Amino acid sequence: MNLRRDVFQAIADPTRRAILLLVASQAMTAGAIAAHFDTARPTVSKHLHILTECELLKQEPSGREMYYHLNAKKMREIADFLEPFRAMWDERFDKLEAIMKNHLPKP
Amino acid sequence: MPHKTKIQAEDGQQQLTITREFELPLELLFRVYVEPEIVEQWMGTKVLKLDNKPHGGYQFETSDAQGNVVFRANGTIHEFVPNQKITRTFEMENTPFDVQLEFLEFTKRTDDTSLLTMQIVYRSVALRDQMLQLPFAQGLNMAHNKLQAVLRPVH
Repeated sequence: MNLRRDVFQAIADPTRRAILLLVASQAMTAGAIAAHFDTARPTVSKHLHILTECELLKQEPSGREMYYHLNAKKMREIADFLEPFRAMWDERFDKLEAIMKNHLPKP
Repeated sequence: MPHKTKIQAEDGQQQLTITREFELPLELLFRVYVEPEIVEQWMGTKVLKLDNKPHGGYQFETSDAQGNVVFRANGTIHEFVPNQKITRTFEMENTPFDVQLEFLEFTKRTDDTSLLTMQIVYRSVALRDQMLQLPFAQGLNMAHNKLQAVLRPVH
């Protein structure tokens, strides 16, 4: 049975979230990713398989090595994907509001 | 509590809308786009030029502690209706990002509250998605750096 897994199931696991964070900054081979974890290599491979299956990671060959990339398009399906962008504007507007409250006429 | 700032970004569109309710009278809200000293305070950038009128324009610049320019942006003002509307372009200089078109609308809610609606139109869907992802990617990078500090060092 090979059910298509959804992204939320994939990111529920802390190791898989850590893998996504690693790969976000640069494409990496399975070996390089596994080297960051104390977990056994087959366990990391299983996590990579799940992340690839739900398309959060993409595999691309480079020479004889297979590299894992973050699939930003799929990441958009995660509900809080927009949250950092929203939070950035919210922070900016909070500052604006705080500054202008000093310009309010004194009661 | 619902968020004060809301983002609306439909899939496959090359635009997004940011809305924000302010506990400020409309006139005070509008001033933050008009007075250079106030713009400098909340944007955290130096205002080189701010000419708010049709065919006018603006230019902002931010330097680091060593005086190196780290950010420069400019745009053209197309429409300027006090307390109602600003239509302008926005371009970050020395970046691969194409210029964007911004429609800012200011609405009075009550005597003490107001609403800002900011519609931003990008050159392509891909560019819009990239701009949406930027803070997310930066956040991931920061988390990644923290993570690297606690993970087992690689030999």
